[in-house]
Amino acid sequence: MKAILEVKQLVKKYGDFTAVDGISFDIMEGEIFSLLGPNGAGKTTTISMLSTLYIPTSGEAVIGGHSVTKEPMAVRNLIGVVPQDLALYEDLTARENLAFWGQMYGLSGKTLNARIEQVLEQIGLVDKAKDRVKTYSGGMKRRVNIGVGLLHKPKLLFMDEPTVGIDPQSRRLILDSVKELNKQGMTVLYTTHYMEEAEELSDRVGIMDNGKLIALGTQAELTKQVGEMETLILHVGENDDPERLAVALRSLKMVRKADVTDHTVSVIVPEAEQALAPAVTRANELGIKIHSVDMREPNLEAVFLHLTGKALRD
Amino acid sequence: MRKLLLIAFKDLKLIFRDKAALTFMLLAPFLLTLGLGLVTGAYGSSGSSGISQIKIIIVNQDSGQLGQALVDLFQSAGLADLVAPTLVSDPLTARAQIDANAAVAAVIVPAGFTDNIIPANYQAPAADILQIEIYKNPLSPVSAGVIQSIVEEFISRVETGRVGGQVIVTQLLSAGLIAPDQVSAIAAEMGQLQANSVDQAPAISLQAAQSGPAQKAFNPMAYMAPGMALMFLMFTVSNGGRSILAEQARGTLPRLLVSPTNSAQVLIGKIFGVYVTGVIQMLILIVTCSLLFNIQWGNPLGILVLILAAVFAATGWGMLITSIARTPGQVGNIGTAIMLTFGILGGTFIQNSFMPGWFQIVSKITPNAWGLDGFTTLGLGGSLVDLGRPLLGLAVMGIALFVVSILIFSRRSFAQK
Repeated sequence: MKAILEVKQLVKKYGDFTAVDGISFDIMEGEIFSLLGPNGAGKTTTISMLSTLYIPTSGEAVIGGHSVTKEPMAVRNLIGVVPQDLALYEDLTARENLAFWGQMYGLSGKTLNARIEQVLEQIGLVDKAKDRVKTYSGGMKRRVNIGVGLLHKPKLLFMDEPTVGIDPQSRRLILDSVKELNKQGMTVLYTTHYMEEAEELSDRVGIMDNGKLIALGTQAELTKQVGEMETLILHVGENDDPERLAVALRSLKMVRKADVTDHTVSVIVPEAEQALAPAVTRANELGIKIHSVDMREPNLEAVFLHLTGKALRD
Repeated sequence: MRKLLLIAFKDLKLIFRDKAALTFMLLAPFLLTLGLGLVTGAYGSSGSSGISQIKIIIVNQDSGQLGQALVDLFQSAGLADLVAPTLVSDPLTARAQIDANAAVAAVIVPAGFTDNIIPANYQAPAADILQIEIYKNPLSPVSAGVIQSIVEEFISRVETGRVGGQVIVTQLLSAGLIAPDQVSAIAAEMGQLQANSVDQAPAISLQAAQSGPAQKAFNPMAYMAPGMALMFLMFTVSNGGRSILAEQARGTLPRLLVSPTNSAQVLIGKIFGVYVTGVIQMLILIVTCSLLFNIQWGNPLGILVLILAAVFAATGWGMLITSIARTPGQVGNIGTAIMLTFGILGGTFIQNSFMPGWFQIVSKITPNAWGLDGFTTLGLGGSLVDLGRPLLGLAVMGIALFVVSILIFSRRSFAQK
């Protein structure tokens, strides 16, 4: 397979703050590649540089053989962008929005009209096409926001957290659309902080934290990094000190790692079920009350925890 | 070019779907024009096409010639079409009638006015010169201003005559042409002649000579309507500028900039949209006012060219505001402040000719003043060739503002951070 996107040592700095810190990765044609990371990890800044909106401080990115810094217009013709925040004219109808954006990408006449019909079908808004966008629900607006990015059939589609803040039905429709687009041959760069989305969609995943790409590979390759380990998550009371519990748990032989986030202690162990009783005993000994317990098999969350010492949702 | 037009057309569509913006752009100036026309008596006054039959009340408490001369002036044939005077004897009654909106002004000549100005023995004028009082109706500022101008002209003539007489008598005395004991009699005679002369030639008449295009009766509504339209044009251009920053805030500007469209196309498209919106606003207001107020705007080609130039200059101001402001809210606040300031400076509420010289000079920074100058010229029968000065003023203003705005825009990137 041929790489449609090649990123080499991309850096973006704002004064002393480094938003993206020397990341490198490739995306192959026909692939769904996810950038997974918490808010503030640098995912949106990365997409902004790749879509030619921001100029990188250093490094290079090439899309379809064109440099994002030297040939921005050529790059823009190849890509589609679905921004994280809604970028629509709410006083226009869905059809008018699609028509305007389609024309900005050079579509016109019958081609434009045909594409508008196809996209309306795709995002499930044929019946509402003549309503102004401001009358839509959040999920419907998100779908129009995606539709705009698809109109001109880009070779590479950037989707920046497209499911934030929407209802489950719209979320399901969006995830299914991404898979369908990929089946039709579209390459997708998808950013998210939802582990489940990255797991469901991605051929490969890059994990970002604090501007760095800290892991890259298929899901299987990444989960191997934490071996066969499972995660035991203990939620303690607000008045208890989770750090005392973590210190006590680290002394247990079976515990590979124990980290604290707010009032939660996440413990990496070979078998979570076996670790539960000793963990609860230690908590009782310390007078710490455990409110609830979760057990998770190896997943991207565990990988993130393993690599950063903190939970993905933070 | 196509993308530029697409962006402009999209903005046009959005603005004409925004009810709040339409209210400010079209309804507010129309209603204010209507209101101003009603309170100044310029609208619906017996179907007249200009200021006429201004109702005034004269109280002449002066038993001398000057008081009577002023009364005669207001009752003269030359002012018969302009002024409808009524004589009353009591100042309190006159003021009460003004308070009751029965007339636009009361002219009150105090007792002893003539003797105060021209002492019988011609010794010297009194230390405290008595003054003619003009009690104005605040609801009719334009008509009251006309009456004030007539009285000021009268007083100016009286003062010129008084000083001139004093100089003549002094010169005659010093040259030995008259004896000191003749001074009193000669001065009294000159005072009599002066009093008789001030009402012979009308101080102001409708036939007053004026430079420039051939004059015809001018409808004040043809001044008020464009004044309001120009003031609210400033709202339109600042609102258009606000939309540039609003697009940035709501993400559509970055989205435009990741499409195969360069930032110059986007900016010019946006500015063109503002310009077209302003032109359409002016045209709608002018056509509507023509139909409803029966305003004769003058040469149609001149009107069109003047609108294009005025909107160009106003759009320059809108771009300058946008280039300075950081948020859409800031543009809105600065734009509103400038709209009102320019409205006052530009003569929307009070004609600049009534204002001091420095005010008239400062007013030239506004498109309103130049625009009103042009509309007045056309309303008085001028043609496109008579618009040279206002058109040049507006063009220079627009070019200067666009150059400054572009320099500021180039220093702040909307896109590539």
